[in-house]
Amino acid sequence: MIELTQDAIDVSAVWRAAASPRAGAVVLFLGTVREETGGRRTQSLTYEGYAEMANRALAELEAEAMRRWSLCRCAIVHRLGELAVGEISVAVAASAAHRQAAFEASRWLIDRIKQVVPIWKQEHWEDGATEWVHPGVDARVPPEDS
Amino acid sequence: MKVRVRLFAAVRQAAGREAIDLDLPDKATVADLRDRLAVLIPSAAGLVRHATFAIDAQYVPLDAPLQPDADVACIPPVSGG
Repeated sequence: MIELTQDAIDVSAVWRAAASPRAGAVVLFLGTVREETGGRRTQSLTYEGYAEMANRALAELEAEAMRRWSLCRCAIVHRLGELAVGEISVAVAASAAHRQAAFEASRWLIDRIKQVVPIWKQEHWEDGATEWVHPGVDARVPPEDS
Repeated sequence: MKVRVRLFAAVRQAAGREAIDLDLPDKATVADLRDRLAVLIPSAAGLVRHATFAIDAQYVPLDAPLQPDADVACIPPVSGG
């Protein structure tokens, strides 16, 4: 199951989407909004995505994980929009006959999601400043009305 | 030829719009498009040079040729998860 959603992620639904009578293990990874990054306090995060491409990229990652680790089932849900500290931004669930494959696949999936899926987060710092996060690049740009 | 480029995140913010129409020479490649984009959005030029590009929602290499009316997206370094 692949989903992009503006709504709060239902963890139980993600687990159910990965549950299988053939599975002896389900690993569920949750990414959450941290209150501090690099010594600055975060008020909230806004996630933006290129939805059509993100759905396709997530489906390709899911298919590759299913194949490489012979998973029973797999589910990935990514939240878009504004998220408060503590909220779940992404959920990845992988089920397999044995736990090693489920752990490895879920770890690989979240790492790849962070590398290739066209989704971006914007920090809303507690001091009122905002900043898009583009790893490896200083992305600070002047305000839109300047 | 005319192509439309979708913009996201800090590039979209710098441009002040979600897409930009470019008029490029025939036989232009994605690299040519990237160079034009960097000139048109100077405050995000560094970011544009670090971006990858997609056509029809699939990543393409910089030497990929462009077709008229191509659906191109500028993908600055991603930060989902």
